[in-house]
This record gives sequence, structure tokens and C-alpha cells, in this order.
Amino acid sequence: MAEVLVLAEHSGGDVKKVTGELLTLARQFGEPAAVWVGDGAEEGQPRLAEYGAGTVYVAVGADFTDYVTGPEADVLAALVQEKAPAAVLMASTGQNKEVAGRLAVKTNSGMLCDAVGLTATGGKIVAEQSVFGGATIVHSAVRTGTPIITVRPNSVAAEAAPAAAGLQNVDVTVSEAAKGARVTEKIVQETGERPELAEAAIVVSGGRGVGSADGFEIIEKLADSLGAAVGASRAVTDAGWYPHKFQVGQTGTTVSPQLYMAIGISGAIQHRAGMQTSKTIVAVNKDPEAPIFELADFGVVGDLFQVVPQLMEDIRKRSGS
Amino acid sequence: MNIVVCVKQVPDTWAERKLKQGDATLDRESVDGLINELDEYAIEEALQIKEAHEGEVTVLTMGPQKASESIRKALSMGADKAVHLIDDALAGSDVLQTSYALAKVLENIGFDLIVLGAESTDARMGSMAAMLAERLSVPQLSLASKVEINGTAIKVNRQSEDGYWQVEAQLPAVISVVEKINEPRYPSFKGIMAAKKKPMQVMSCADAGIDTSLVGLANAATEVVDFTERPPRQAGTIVKDEGDGGNKAAEFLVTQKFI
Ligand SMILES: Cc1cc2nc3c(=O)[nH]c(=O)nc-3n(C[C@H](O)[C@H](O)[C@H](O)COP(=O)(O)OP(=O)(O)OC[C@H]3O[C@@H](n4cnc5c(N)ncnc54)[C@H](O)[C@@H]3O)c2cc1C
Ligand SMILES: Nc1ncnc2c1ncn2[C@@H]1O[C@H](COP(=O)(O)O)[C@@H](O)[C@H]1O
Repeated sequence: MAEVLVLAEHSGGDVKKVTGELLTLARQFGEPAAVWVGDGAEEGQPRLAEYGAGTVYVAVGADFTDYVTGPEADVLAALVQEKAPAAVLMASTGQNKEVAGRLAVKTNSGMLCDAVGLTATGGKIVAEQSVFGGATIVHSAVRTGTPIITVRPNSVAAEAAPAAAGLQNVDVTVSEAAKGARVTEKIVQETGERPELAEAAIVVSGGRGVGSADGFEIIEKLADSLGAAVGASRAVTDAGWYPHKFQVGQTGTTVSPQLYMAIGISGAIQHRAGMQTSKTIVAVNKDPEAPIFELADFGVVGDLFQVVPQLMEDIRKRSGS
Repeated sequence: MNIVVCVKQVPDTWAERKLKQGDATLDRESVDGLINELDEYAIEEALQIKEAHEGEVTVLTMGPQKASESIRKALSMGADKAVHLIDDALAGSDVLQTSYALAKVLENIGFDLIVLGAESTDARMGSMAAMLAERLSVPQLSLASKVEINGTAIKVNRQSEDGYWQVEAQLPAVISVVEKINEPRYPSFKGIMAAKKKPMQVMSCADAGIDTSLVGLANAATEVVDFTERPPRQAGTIVKDEGDGGNKAAEFLVTQKFI
């Protein structure tokens, strides 16, 4: 059976949840194998084994991490050549969509981005995509080369299926062309203890309605009471009330959680582009005409500084703490 | 400096966008087209670089006749000239093919710097800068929130999942920009008038040396199997806060098993 390559998402040896989801999806089409670029493969190995990676291909060294997307594409292209996998799957992040693009060019393969589901239909891997702000559901497939597909986090529940996950170093020399753009520094902004935005099951986002950087604290508190990640609209990140990495939307992170709460957010098209595929949407806004209410499964028209504290009090009572 | 900005005409995001029943390609006729909004930031950045370092800004678009509207807009903002790649053979091209076609034109017209938007509002692939860098063997400095050029050295801040990266390279290079980078200017009346006289070169596949057996719907590397309109979202429950809005929200979260 052919392998299905899954690019592992990790930071400091921690395997991100989406990787388990991708390994789960991969099982439908062949034998899952993980590809690990960078340090920490040993620490990540148990998780990859738990979710069914037969093999873990490891590329480690500065050559693989100090340049923009070229090295990842080189590694994957070499593996595509050597292993002829049934598909290559990656999490849909800004970075990975670029890796996928380079890999598609290198291997002359079709690529599909932002899948929210994958099925095997008539011998093909069919990706479900939600396009035009969620108005249309498209099923598409790759006709040429190796299917290269980026998948949104939370598209499927990760299921354990233990496998060996034997580590295997890949012997790839990074091409000069891939080393064109050198990373001189990676600046990481604090996330604290909260779950990561792209992966969280619940996201609580605040907008201009919170009024100030201090006002944003109420969003963090609500998020913490639900064990949620914090998100923000562009109005908030532009004003400097919260760091940009928390921006949800077209040019921020795309999220697809079980529950999305939009607090004091109007619901501009660029914001909606980043949260429209959330399973359940709750909105609090004092303007009954705010476009976010068109999407909301439940909405409260009211002042967030009245509504949210009351909501938190109820959550506190129910959780009995 | 020879700066080329790649601009895409997209359907208005506020209009009802649809795929065509026959070939599942984008219905570009029934909705108004306009310039992809992030591409306005790309044009602005190109103009600012030109103003600081001298040179010329060329707008490049691949698309049907209608796409010339976006070219006009770019020229009226201040770009110097335009190239419009237009050919029936290109219709229905996917991203792999579009990157091939654009790369061919770019090889033809030459460049020191290529500037793109980070993603388009219709396709949302966000991979064109990477694909052009790969095809043209030039450095990729994409997702930039800040660009600095010094002679032939270029530095950008690249937006990442958890912050940003500082990235350095030598020109020629390709960059893509996010909306934090600047505030696009509005075309002035003078700009709009001047745009009418600026050179616009129309190119066909033959002109650019594009092999037509590698582009277009029939040769695409991906296919749409089927598509459906999402059933309209079930209208949600909207309540007005009468002093119990928070309680009601909590009740909803309980019924949905979130608390
Ligand atoms: C190229 C481009 C890219 C963009 N990308 C993004 C993106 O990625 N993400 C993004 O979010 N935006 C993006 N935007 C910006 C987007 O168009 C909106 O400007 C932005 O989303 C507005 O943020 P907001 O909803 O917080 O602010 P506003 O639109 O000002 O809405 C604030 C809301 O809060 C409500 N409110 C005020 N006070 C209270 C209160 N006390 N209680 C309850 N409600 C209250 C108001 O009624 C209002 O509806 C982009 C724009 C462009 C042009
Ligand atoms: N047909 C096209 N003509 C010119 N530029 C394009 C075209 N398609 C995409 N681009 C450029 O590539 C960027 C990213 O588009 P996309 O990969 O579709 O999200 C856009 O912002 C444009 O700068």
C-alpha cells in the first residue's frame, strides 16, 4: 500500500493537534507517514505513533529551518520522488499553502487548499471545500501528479491507531534556489497557557466594541472560563490593543472551531472569511443591524459589558467553582 | 528599479458569487469585478518603493477582457504601464497553470522586484508568490508586513503563525504583502485622466511563449467533481438583552453542551 505523507506541525517537540487529525484522514488512502522538518522529532515520536504514523521522515539542521519554505518543499519533493505517495497532506496555514505551492510546481502536481473534509470516492481523493465565504460547497480532486492538499484544523476528530513511527533520516541536500530568502530571526509572541487559535475547539474573539486595550481583558476572562483561545478583529490588532497573531480573518488566522463567540465585532466580510466555517456561532453586539447576526446561531443584542459578566457568572455557577 | 505588480480581478465579495453549472468555473459575467483588495496594497507598496528608489511600476494581469478595469485602477493610482495577458486558451486555468503563465510573461518583460497580494478573495490560495519564486528561481519574501530595500539588499518582516520572522535576500525577488503594510492611496482626478494615456500591452499565449497544451480548463491539474449551494443557514435565535442576555446566552451554551 502506498504511503500518505503528512507534514507534522510542531513547535519545540510538541506535536500539534491537527497532525493527529491529518494522520486520521490519511488512513483512508494508504499508510500514513509523517514528515518532520526541524528539531524535536524524538520528543514528538510517541504522539505520531499514537495516531498511526508508520514511519517518520526526519530532516534536521539549519539548512532546513533557516530559509523561507524552499527547504520544506525540497524535502517533500524528494520523498514524493522516492516513495510515490498517494497524497501529501498539510495543515492549512499561510506557510504551508506556500510550501504546497512550491511542491506543486516541483512535482507538476495539482494542489487543493483549505479542505474541510477528505473522502475516497471512485478511486480518487475528493476534497470538500467551502468557498465564497461559505456560500458554496465544492468537491474537487487532483488529476495530475500527486495530490497535494492543505486541510483546515478541526475538520475531523483525531482517532488513535497505534503504529511504529520509526524515525528515519532523509538525506536531502537543500538546493541553492531554496536558500534565496534567509530567516535572520524568528520573533515569537506570547500565547500564554491558552490553546492555540487555529486549533482550539472554542474561540472567543473581541472587536472594537471592547473599547480599549484594558477593555479587552473581559475577552480573555470569558475565554478562560470556557478553556478557549482568544481571537481579535483587525480593528483591535490595528489599534494595538492585542497582538496581530490573534487576528481572525482573511489576513489573519482562519479558524473553524466547534464554537466561535464574536463579542463586539461587526462581522465585516474580511472577518467572516476567517470564521465562517465555525460549527456554532454566538454573537454579542449592541447594534441589532450588525452583519455578524446573519451568521449567528445565537445572538444577544446588548452591551457586552453587561452581557458577558452575567454569562461568566452563569458559567462559573455551572462549573461549580 | 523595474517593479512588476501582479493584480487579479475578482468578483465583488459583497455580491452573490457563483460557479457556472456547465464547467464549474467562476461565473465572472453575472457579478461586478473589481481589483483584489490586497492587490491595492501591493500597488501602494510598489509605488512607495518607486518613490524612494526610482524606477518604473508595471502592472501585470492575466484575465478576460473585463480585467482591464483593474488595470485602469492600478494605472490611475500611479503605475506607469501595464501588461494584460489575455487568451481564450487560458480560460479555466488553475493555480499551477496560472503560475506557469505569469512566470512566462515575467521572464519576457523582465523584473527586479515582483509584488503580489498575499491572497485573492476568490481563490484564497495564497501561494502565488511561492510558486513564482519556485518557477523563476528567485528569493521568496512573502506575507510581508514591512519591506526595506537598500541597494540590492531586501529585508522584510514575514507574518508567521506565532509572530513574525525577519527575512533577508538579494534582488531580484518576489514579495507578497499583507494589509498591515500600508494604506493604499485613492486615485486622484489627475491620476484617472493620466491613466487613459498610459501604455497597455496586450499579450497572447503565443506572444509570451506559453504552451497552450499546458493551460486552460481541459489541461488543469485539478478538477471540480461537483458543487452545491449551501442550504441557507438556519436563521439563528437573536434575543434583545432585557437584563438577562447573559443568562440566555449561558442557557444556549448549555443546550449545545459547551458548558
Ligand atoms: C485588505 C483587508 C483585509 C482585512 N482583513 C481582516 C481580517 O483578517 N480580520 C478582520 O477582523 N478584519 C479584517 N479587515 C477589516 C474589516 O474590514 C473590519 O474593518 C474589521 O473586521 C472591523 O473590526 P470590528 O468588527 O472589531 O470593528 P467595527 O466594525 O467597528 O465593529 C465594532 C462592533 O462593536 C459593537 N459594539 C460597540 N460597543 C459595544 C458594546 N459596548 N457592547 C456590544 N457591542 C458593541 C458595534 O455595534 C460594532 O458592530 C480587513 C480589511 C481589509 C481592507
Ligand atoms: N490571474 C492573475 N493575474 C495576475 N496576478 C494574479 C493572478 N492570480 C493571482 N495573482 C496574484 O497572486 C496573488 C495571490 O493570489 P491567490 O494565490 O489566488 O490567492 C494575488 O493577490 C495577485 O497578486
